[in-house]
Amino acid sequence: MTDETAQNRKSLAIIVSKGTLDWAYPPFILATTAAAMDMDATLFFTFYGLGLLKKKLDLGVSPLGNPAMKMPVGGLHLGMPNLVAALPGVTAGATAMMKSMIEKKGVATIEELRDIALESGVKLVACQMTMDLFEFKKEDMIDGVSFGGAATYLSEAVKADVNLFI
Amino acid sequence: MTDKTVDARGLNCPMPILRAKKALKEIPVGGALEVLATDPGSMSDFDAFAKQTGDELVSAERLETHFRYVIIRRS
Repeated sequence: MTDETAQNRKSLAIIVSKGTLDWAYPPFILATTAAAMDMDATLFFTFYGLGLLKKKLDLGVSPLGNPAMKMPVGGLHLGMPNLVAALPGVTAGATAMMKSMIEKKGVATIEELRDIALESGVKLVACQMTMDLFEFKKEDMIDGVSFGGAATYLSEAVKADVNLFI
Repeated sequence: MTDKTVDARGLNCPMPILRAKKALKEIPVGGALEVLATDPGSMSDFDAFAKQTGDELVSAERLETHFRYVIIRRS
């Protein structure tokens, strides 16, 4: 690739602030697809999004306080009252149900998308402040992650063609 | 004749595109890649993909059970 085409490359920068199973999808889907479309992509993981860089992922999803979460059951889409969603075991059950749907519908796992992101050169940046705040150690995180702060993100965002906060 | 085939049937967005890109890198410039997919969104996605990368989508067919695309690697 010549310098000129490198300069003309489009780029994507996303702040990843959420770490539940459902919210983990958009940033990884978009970043891997951007890389496939010859774009540069940077994901900046902050607050609850930071957990998505841990070596061992243990993602969950909860219907509590989430009235939009209506799962397909026998042709219907059923939500769950908060009082029920608050019971012990419901988060684990909802997570298991979501994971089984993900598998059945041929949707990639977050682990799979994260591996592809690394392979395809997506820059994964962990927010150093959040690392300190939540007492994470560098060795808790996967290899290939870099560490930085607001200025690091902004230096990518200012030249990016697509900027998102998720 | 195509140089390579990616069978992405049963896979959902964005896997057909990601698998196709990986395969495109493995064929020579000017080579042809065949992609099979069942994702209904892939019709729109492969068109958008080719427009952005500059590769050429020479065929996009809706067959009885799946979609079939042929992409020529251009860069």
